[in-house]
Amino acid sequence: MSVNQSGWRPERPSAADAGAATATGNRALMLEEPLIFEIGSTRTTGVDFADGDVRHDRLGDLTRKTPIGLPGLSEPETVRHYTRLSRQNYAIDLGLFPLGSCTMKHNPRLNERIARLPGFADVHPLQPVDTVQGALGVINQLAFWLIDLTGMHGVAMSPKAGAHGELCGVLCIKAALEARGDTERRVMLVPESAHGTNPATAAFAGFTVEDIPATAAGRVDLAALKARLGPDVAGVMITNPNTCGLFEPELKEISDAVHAAGGYVYCDGANFNAIVGRVRPGDLGIDAMHINLHKTFSTPHGGGGPGSGPVVLSEALSPYGPLPYTARTADGHIHLIEEERAQEFSDEHFGGKHDSFGRMTAFHGQMGMFTRALTYILSHGADGLRQVAEDAVLNANYVLRRLEDVLDAPFAASGPCMHEAIFSDAGFPDGFSTLDVAKGLIDEGFHPMTIYFPLVVHGAMLVEPTETESKATLDQFIDALRSVATRAKAGDPSLKAAPHFAPRRRLDETLAARKPVLVWKDKAPLADAAE
Amino acid sequence: MPRFFTQDHEWIEVDGTTGTVGITDYAQGQLGDIVFVEVPAEGRTLAKGDEAAVVESVKAASDVYAPVGGTVTEGNAALTEEPDLVNSDPEGAGWFFRLTLSDPDAVATLMDEDAYKSFVASL
Repeated sequence: MSVNQSGWRPERPSAADAGAATATGNRALMLEEPLIFEIGSTRTTGVDFADGDVRHDRLGDLTRKTPIGLPGLSEPETVRHYTRLSRQNYAIDLGLFPLGSCTMKHNPRLNERIARLPGFADVHPLQPVDTVQGALGVINQLAFWLIDLTGMHGVAMSPKAGAHGELCGVLCIKAALEARGDTERRVMLVPESAHGTNPATAAFAGFTVEDIPATAAGRVDLAALKARLGPDVAGVMITNPNTCGLFEPELKEISDAVHAAGGYVYCDGANFNAIVGRVRPGDLGIDAMHINLHKTFSTPHGGGGPGSGPVVLSEALSPYGPLPYTARTADGHIHLIEEERAQEFSDEHFGGKHDSFGRMTAFHGQMGMFTRALTYILSHGADGLRQVAEDAVLNANYVLRRLEDVLDAPFAASGPCMHEAIFSDAGFPDGFSTLDVAKGLIDEGFHPMTIYFPLVVHGAMLVEPTETESKATLDQFIDALRSVATRAKAGDPSLKAAPHFAPRRRLDETLAARKPVLVWKDKAPLADAAE
Repeated sequence: MPRFFTQDHEWIEVDGTTGTVGITDYAQGQLGDIVFVEVPAEGRTLAKGDEAAVVESVKAASDVYAPVGGTVTEGNAALTEEPDLVNSDPEGAGWFFRLTLSDPDAVATLMDEDAYKSFVASL
């Protein structure tokens, strides 16, 4: 049996200190809100339809003879329901979101304004291409800037999220190997400091995954990687900056070694925010890298927008990229290249170098995210994007250095961190854990950071502040985290019962996993439902 | 009856040609509260090191490997309803499966209780 090395433990709520109860269950002006079905009644409706004239329907005996029994709500009830729910949410628009995740940074309102222009918002993917030249121009221009910013050769725009992009890149590697008849390369090497989706992607694409250990400094063990290379290795999937928040300075040497051994290098670009405008992955010998538009290029995701994960490709892999793609010809026309024209178009314009592995999506990708990302790139400019990376790294290092005296920072001696600062639970007394710190932060009004990831750090706390946060906000967060961490290290029993002030106290995660309630059950069926 | 241990924290108790397999107290402590266990079907043939069962705690899912080769004669049905038996009695009522050993002498390659204790102490 393999052991859960992260140190994570489920928590069961403390029976003590249940807190003062109110008759309504509301906590001051934070209101308890039932499910919408539970508020509704079949006697209520928010709309007033005229009685339909359905005497001449053709359903015969199939017409419904009893009322359908759907509960309805009045308009004010509906408005209040959703407004109450929205107040229980926490989002980047409310405060610092220190998770190293897709919700991490501000989504500029200018992006939203541009994305809502009718010429972008109201187009249909099956419209004749002559009528959507502007929208295709956005895809093509964004493609240009992504290639330029990464120093790569081509880009596949259609993948719809980071892991989808990984799959696209790995399928390109597979297609390139098959095209040269090199079918014995079945192994994909994945360092411990890579993202968790990487091994899943490689396995899904049919490769056998092998781990490469991390050094104590939190970086790829170059010697171990080189020793494993050989005629059975298809490539390596490496995350840079890696999940320990560190830059992999030996990536060029890794790429050269992998290429010399006949493999390809996939780079997970989820943390590109820390190096955009400063480092071009193409210069490091990368063959494929996905870019999370919903991270680095500020398109909304965690709050409810779709992801978007274009994949930039090296010259070696570009011919195998997916269809469709856009191409601008000398006459200024932008073409959408689909299966029917792919060979003919590449013969005419690319010397016939095209051997697509197929499609990733039905259409062209996340159009609404393309408009937002291009807006972000153009409104920041090259100097602004470089400053994004510099400020994000500066903020993360500020958090790291201001907290390393109260929290153990396992990679503090490995030099400056990149996008994120990482701490461990070393020094906490028995019975106190990273989870207690996270729950305590909720009481302090902050969304907790990522906890128990990366797995290689025991009781990991991962803070990714990004460039969004001001020094004043970071100082508030640091003061809160210092206070909670100090309480944890002192063994303050009240921390075990945190959060004290949230709408819900500590949840019974074990019970939820052992006896999950996955389907809504009508506790007291509406008396009139069967009428 | 003699009991043997693996470096992956499985135990096997041997009675003639029959072995009973589970995970150790140390393993359940590392996993935390167990919420789901999948045991192998009767009749399944396992080689040493094969993925034989799955154990899930709230956060982590782990494979349980066959300590030695054999044919499964019984999975512990009680674990379906009461996966927490693995927490409360890992080396007793929380056993995972029984198998007929293909080579009863193969257990000699595993650790005995003292060796396992010092192995865990070294972790």
